[in-house]
Amino acid sequence: MIHSCGLERFYEIREDADIDSQAAAWSGRAFEEFDDPAFHRLYSRPISPLEIQTELYLESVRCSACVWLVERLASAVDGVIESRLDMRRSIVRIRWDPSVTSLSVIAAALDSLGYTPHPPRGASLQKARVAEDRKLLIKIGVAGACFGNAMLISFALYGGMLHGMSQQHERFFIWMSTVVGMVALLWPGSVFYRGALAALQTRSLHMDLPVAIGLTAGGVSGIVSTLSGNGHTYFDSITAVIFLLLIGRWIQRREQRAAGDAVELLYSMTPTSVSRIDPEDGTSSQAPIESIGMGDIVEVVAGETVPVDGLVLSGESSVDESFLTGEARPITVGEGESVRAGSVNLSGPLRIRTEAAGEDTRVGRLMQMVEESAARRAPIVRLADRVAGWFVLIVISLALMTAIGWAVVAPARAVSNAMALLIVTCPCALGLATPLAVIVAVGRAARQGIFIKGGDALERVARPGLLLLDKTGTITEGRVRLVEWSGDDASLALAAALETAVAHPIAHAIAGAVQEEPQRTLESVRHTQGAGVEGVVDGASVAVGSVRFIERFVKTMPSSAYARVERDAAEANSSVLVAIDGQLRGVATLGDPIREDAQESIRNLIDRGWRVGVLSGDRQAVVESVAHRLGVEFETLIGDATPERKLEVVEEASGDGPVMMVGDGVNDAAALAAATVGVSMHGGAEASLSAADVFLRRAGLHPIVELVEGSDRTVRAIRTNITASLCYNVVSGSLAIAGIINPLIAAILMPLSSLTVVSLSYRARTFEDSSCR
Amino acid sequence: MSVIYVVLPLALVIGAIAVGAFIWAVRRGQYDDLDTPSVRILFDDDDPPARASPPDQKSN
Repeated sequence: MIHSCGLERFYEIREDADIDSQAAAWSGRAFEEFDDPAFHRLYSRPISPLEIQTELYLESVRCSACVWLVERLASAVDGVIESRLDMRRSIVRIRWDPSVTSLSVIAAALDSLGYTPHPPRGASLQKARVAEDRKLLIKIGVAGACFGNAMLISFALYGGMLHGMSQQHERFFIWMSTVVGMVALLWPGSVFYRGALAALQTRSLHMDLPVAIGLTAGGVSGIVSTLSGNGHTYFDSITAVIFLLLIGRWIQRREQRAAGDAVELLYSMTPTSVSRIDPEDGTSSQAPIESIGMGDIVEVVAGETVPVDGLVLSGESSVDESFLTGEARPITVGEGESVRAGSVNLSGPLRIRTEAAGEDTRVGRLMQMVEESAARRAPIVRLADRVAGWFVLIVISLALMTAIGWAVVAPARAVSNAMALLIVTCPCALGLATPLAVIVAVGRAARQGIFIKGGDALERVARPGLLLLDKTGTITEGRVRLVEWSGDDASLALAAALETAVAHPIAHAIAGAVQEEPQRTLESVRHTQGAGVEGVVDGASVAVGSVRFIERFVKTMPSSAYARVERDAAEANSSVLVAIDGQLRGVATLGDPIREDAQESIRNLIDRGWRVGVLSGDRQAVVESVAHRLGVEFETLIGDATPERKLEVVEEASGDGPVMMVGDGVNDAAALAAATVGVSMHGGAEASLSAADVFLRRAGLHPIVELVEGSDRTVRAIRTNITASLCYNVVSGSLAIAGIINPLIAAILMPLSSLTVVSLSYRARTFEDSSCR
Repeated sequence: MSVIYVVLPLALVIGAIAVGAFIWAVRRGQYDDLDTPSVRILFDDDDPPARASPPDQKSN
């Protein structure tokens, strides 16, 4: 069922993408449609008469340097007040002044930086991404073909060098490799020139810059020596650099891909069509959710999700609001009480008068909060990017110094030596090996049931900080179970038989507590909403329910029963009493049990230097009782936390260091998005999955320990990679500066170093090892 | 050895044709999703064809 639904959606997306594949592929246009009022209605939001906020999706967003580049837009274009890029979604949020500039001007400016803007959201976003993917893939294909052919020709030339070759043949081979090299340089290589140009425009350091310089130097000197008929050409290494770096870029893009955006999720969480009740004749008809407005009456039957925020007009039921409040127990609602979109109606049908629908509901506003807090989060500068900035600066200045130095000593060798330096220090380890190490780790983690979105999450987890755990569904199982039963087994069996007739979590818990069940006859079952159920089972009159409900059947209630109920209430458990033939026969305590591996896993994390706290929407007393039962020393215990409060706590704590938030509900989503790393638990709500950086497909808290361990290993592997390649570059670079290696040897050494770091990435033991213990 | 003047450009032309085929495939969307097709083959058909008959034990 789920499979078929998932596949259907996939086909839709795919078909959408096919229709529009050409439309999104061109740029350099005027973007007039961005000034259309209809466009603004869809994608802009006025903040004040002099300020409009617009969101745009950008092509080619690759690394943290891009964030910096795009956010400099405010200083480059008049009228732009602020621009903020969400790298994970490649969406930029621009605040601009309509009296100074227009959106088409801003869009054209973004385009000229190399980031073609598109309207965000839904299908068009998907289409733009697919178009971008295809463009890159074609470039990789062309670069690969050029690389292969250039290499073949080079082998012939190398062979000729060793065994002798006629002058004419050699010239012919060189000409051919020049043709192949120029194709690679001008077509796939243009990616680096655009990147470098954009970097120059905003005066920032980008990895594309030395690559572009190296390619230009190699290309120009290659053409000069081809035309003049002496000297070497290096088109084999030029094509290799282009090919390998493009592959690295491709890997990085794939790894960066995030699961759908919050707006789509809002619609997947609330039903898309509802049954609307006609106020005049009371007939019901199916209507799309978009058509529902304030005052409309909708009907929700048991088992359905409430589509709107509103007041109950008629009907009684219990609803599960745990995704909003974190409270595990269902709430009883009746006439005149309010219900919220996204909660699940558990028992009876409800008619609801709509007070808010769509994005105005509490869930809708929460989703907006999620998006905003994710966008506001300080971007982490990834290790490779951080090193790359310095690397670029050092390599370029060294190359310049080499050229100048040799120009004084031996002018004929100046260009050749500087070029050897640029080629031999090609940042392949940074451009290829690091994304590879990350993707290998992410893939292995996925096999362990740990899904990591975006490799930067790995780097964020590697350093211990504050770990905040939600209670319901994270430390506990998030499901109501029979925790304790005092009474005889026969009575419990009768109660369980009666409860099978009721659709309610507590009833399920009691019914599920009895393993074997002989066939019993049920007669005259009557269910009182929010109180209990009575009926005749095998001839005995049985009543199961709350104290108030049972009082009606039992004449003399023992005081121990009241004491038990009070104790259970203090521990946030529910008490269900069972009376048979007018006599109290037992008390059942139902609650949300703590996960088996919770204690051990939390202890393990504390040993690793994490400070652990609980952040729950449940009552403070409950949080404290759970903490007490765990017997672990917690840093903080915060209960009664609304989603807003959770976000606040996480943001406050983020000031002091990395914060890992673990949760499972919609009420955690904003906090998950704001945290340094958000981890969504197995079985969590979809919104928490999209907000989190990591989600677990295995139950329990132990995967978190594995995540921390694996990340630590991965980051160490990346460091080893970078160190190894830097050492290599220092040695080979100094040889090149000294003029000991010429560009030809540099071109042979370069792929060797790449191969080394690539194989190091694959060999690094990251997640695999932690499972072998 | 002068055959190389024909063979090498010919090799490049064949290479270019292969690249052209690749570009055509990418533009047709063949590479848009590299993960799902490998899994899709494992899914059951929507309407599994009815078994002709239960496996016959005697036929072995």
